[in-house]
Amino acid sequence: MMSAERLFHRADRPADLLIQGAHVLDPRAGLDGPHDVLIRGGHIAELGSPGSLQPGADTETVEAVGKHLFPGFVDPHVHLRTPGQEYKEDIATGTAAAAAGGFCAVIAMPNTDPVVDDAAILGSLTDTARRQARVPVGFLASITRGLKGHQLTEMAELRDAGALGFTDDGKPVVSAGVLRRALQYQRLCGGVIALHEEDPDLSRDGAMHEGAVSARLGIAGIPSLSESTMVARDAALAAYESARVHFQHLSCVESIEALSHAKQAGANVSAEVCPHHLTLTDDMVRTLDSRFKMNPPLRAESDRRALVDALTAGVIDCVATDHAPHAGHEKEVPFEEAPMGTIGLETAFASLYTELVLAGELELETVIERMTDGAALYGLSVPRIAPGRPANLCLVDLEARFEVGAGGYVSRSANCCFHGRMLQGKVLMTVAAGAVAHAARMLAEALTKAPPSSAADHLRVR
Amino acid sequence: MTRIGRHLLSIDDLDRASIERILDRAESFDEVSGREIKKVPALRGRTVVNLFYEASTRTSSSFELAAKRLSADVVSVRSQGSSVDKGESLKDTVQTLSAYDPAAIVIRSPHAGAAGLVAGWTPAAVINAGDGKHEHPTQALLDVFTLRRRLGSLDGTNIWIVGDVLHSRVARSDILAFTRMGANVTVCGPPTLIPREIEALGCEATATLERLGEADVVYVLRMQQERMRDSFVPSLREYATRYQITPDRLLPGQLLMHPGPVNRGVELSGEAIDSPQALIGAQVRAGVAVRMAVLYELLVGTPSLAAVA
Repeated sequence: MMSAERLFHRADRPADLLIQGAHVLDPRAGLDGPHDVLIRGGHIAELGSPGSLQPGADTETVEAVGKHLFPGFVDPHVHLRTPGQEYKEDIATGTAAAAAGGFCAVIAMPNTDPVVDDAAILGSLTDTARRQARVPVGFLASITRGLKGHQLTEMAELRDAGALGFTDDGKPVVSAGVLRRALQYQRLCGGVIALHEEDPDLSRDGAMHEGAVSARLGIAGIPSLSESTMVARDAALAAYESARVHFQHLSCVESIEALSHAKQAGANVSAEVCPHHLTLTDDMVRTLDSRFKMNPPLRAESDRRALVDALTAGVIDCVATDHAPHAGHEKEVPFEEAPMGTIGLETAFASLYTELVLAGELELETVIERMTDGAALYGLSVPRIAPGRPANLCLVDLEARFEVGAGGYVSRSANCCFHGRMLQGKVLMTVAAGAVAHAARMLAEALTKAPPSSAADHLRVR
Repeated sequence: MTRIGRHLLSIDDLDRASIERILDRAESFDEVSGREIKKVPALRGRTVVNLFYEASTRTSSSFELAAKRLSADVVSVRSQGSSVDKGESLKDTVQTLSAYDPAAIVIRSPHAGAAGLVAGWTPAAVINAGDGKHEHPTQALLDVFTLRRRLGSLDGTNIWIVGDVLHSRVARSDILAFTRMGANVTVCGPPTLIPREIEALGCEATATLERLGEADVVYVLRMQQERMRDSFVPSLREYATRYQITPDRLLPGQLLMHPGPVNRGVELSGEAIDSPQALIGAQVRAGVAVRMAVLYELLVGTPSLAAVA
């Protein structure tokens, strides 16, 4: 299905569910308390006080007292590795991982092999998503052909083929002149232009944050200003061209300052931040474990704190995982040799809940809002738990603790920077675009075994 | 209690007492090197694999000699002309070599952390013979050995490390080892070649030789040609003008060290190399005894350590 929203997914059976007694938290809907939520035909039919709603015919009941129900998360930055690198991930496994993390929509990056730089490639991707995507996927096309930074893609045709926007993610658009043309052309074709900000002349062959830890390890550093100088440059271009620009995965305090300055000056810019940059620092790299190698790199504690503050204040608009799967043999090499990237879809909520909410650094409401705000930035409707809306939600056990990776990953790859960590806050069920996209094992067995429609056949969520 | 782990990956693996124990052991092996038959049976029947992914003369030959003088069987694998050349991964190579049941694998790699990875893939004891720009712990141990012999103790000694600290694994291991042994370390070089926040390692940093007179020991690093290409320094000529150690720049009594190989006329003048203040030859000679001691401590140890291993 392609909605008017340029999201693509397989047509699963619309859910008929009665979720009983969960603590519903949806700050935008003004909900923060226990409710029954009835989903009929994939839409939210009714909300009522606990015990007030009755399941209709063919409605499964999920007993969820003590669990939390949130609007489904939206991830504006994932790498699904299709086409060309299906040994790392594909649309089926990537969207399954998204569903396991409570996401009801994701936006896929175009740095595949081949690059998503023409309408035919995008068309084959949207076809695949219609067959395989367990949660709706939006696609960004590249800004320049082959990500080479020289020649613009046929942006208007790509928009007609369903592109949500454009990015050369993985690489910066080094040439200010080329980027300026893209921003001008955006007035014709629309679509957000999302930027991976890095001055390669400053980052060079760096493999980690430049600081005391890189000095100790003898690994070439990536200075924060390789990112922040480009944020400042491109914010100025965006303001001059009245363009809509989104800054991807900001990592350092200097970038926040540049972003904040641009926003105050009225530029139409937004930004995202990754769970790993909000929770980890370059201190982790002392282990020389390649799971901690990503671009932008994990930075200093002062940067991490500034990112949390900026997210709280809304200077940074949303959370994005930058889910970047790599095969085991690619990561099992010395740190400097390893590819950049960590998977993040399955751990995003739990990492933020455990490391920030439970630590008192961030409110749960803020986490929920920022994990859904990415939708609005790309012109998508923000999931909301309200009658009449499509069912996009996730059921979470905030008490459940689990060791990351102990039971394997839903993603095809295992390069998770939280591997082995004890996290709290487990996603039990995800409903995406009206269909059950993920159900934790206990729940899934109950859902398939339950005879249709008896109020007595309550499903226990564990 | 003194405790040496199963591997030697970093100077961080060693406390001061462990370092001293290795150096004491090296003293006794140095005596062996003075005999006509320079061999002891400590590792008879055991195998040591030298796995070198980078060109090396003194480190690889001294490890080979050290193992042979302990009567070990030695296998030397170099990346060139081996299966590594054919694209075999480090992990596969290590697991293949581990099938021969070596007691130790000595690894030199152009990448930081390689020795640590190898330690996770083999039951053998792993010795880091240089990993990228990260560490070269046996070089630091032989440097401490050489200085301790000359000075008795490093406590309170002022040691200057001069040159390309940014790209030097020797500098990193030496800073850690020298400070652990009680010395005060200052690094000195062009600001382009001194890593930002290097002070976090417990040393001072300076850009000029002005205060070189404070040093008891001047440890000079190798200056590589390729640094010119990346504009780290404008020319070797200007580098030599500012940083070359010559007899004029040394006070009587200051000791001079270098990890080798020396670029004669770049970081050191020929006269300085050949001066009686230079310990460069003593460093090379210490290499075999110190590496024998490291192999011995990891693979045999003292009776009290057998339980730990």
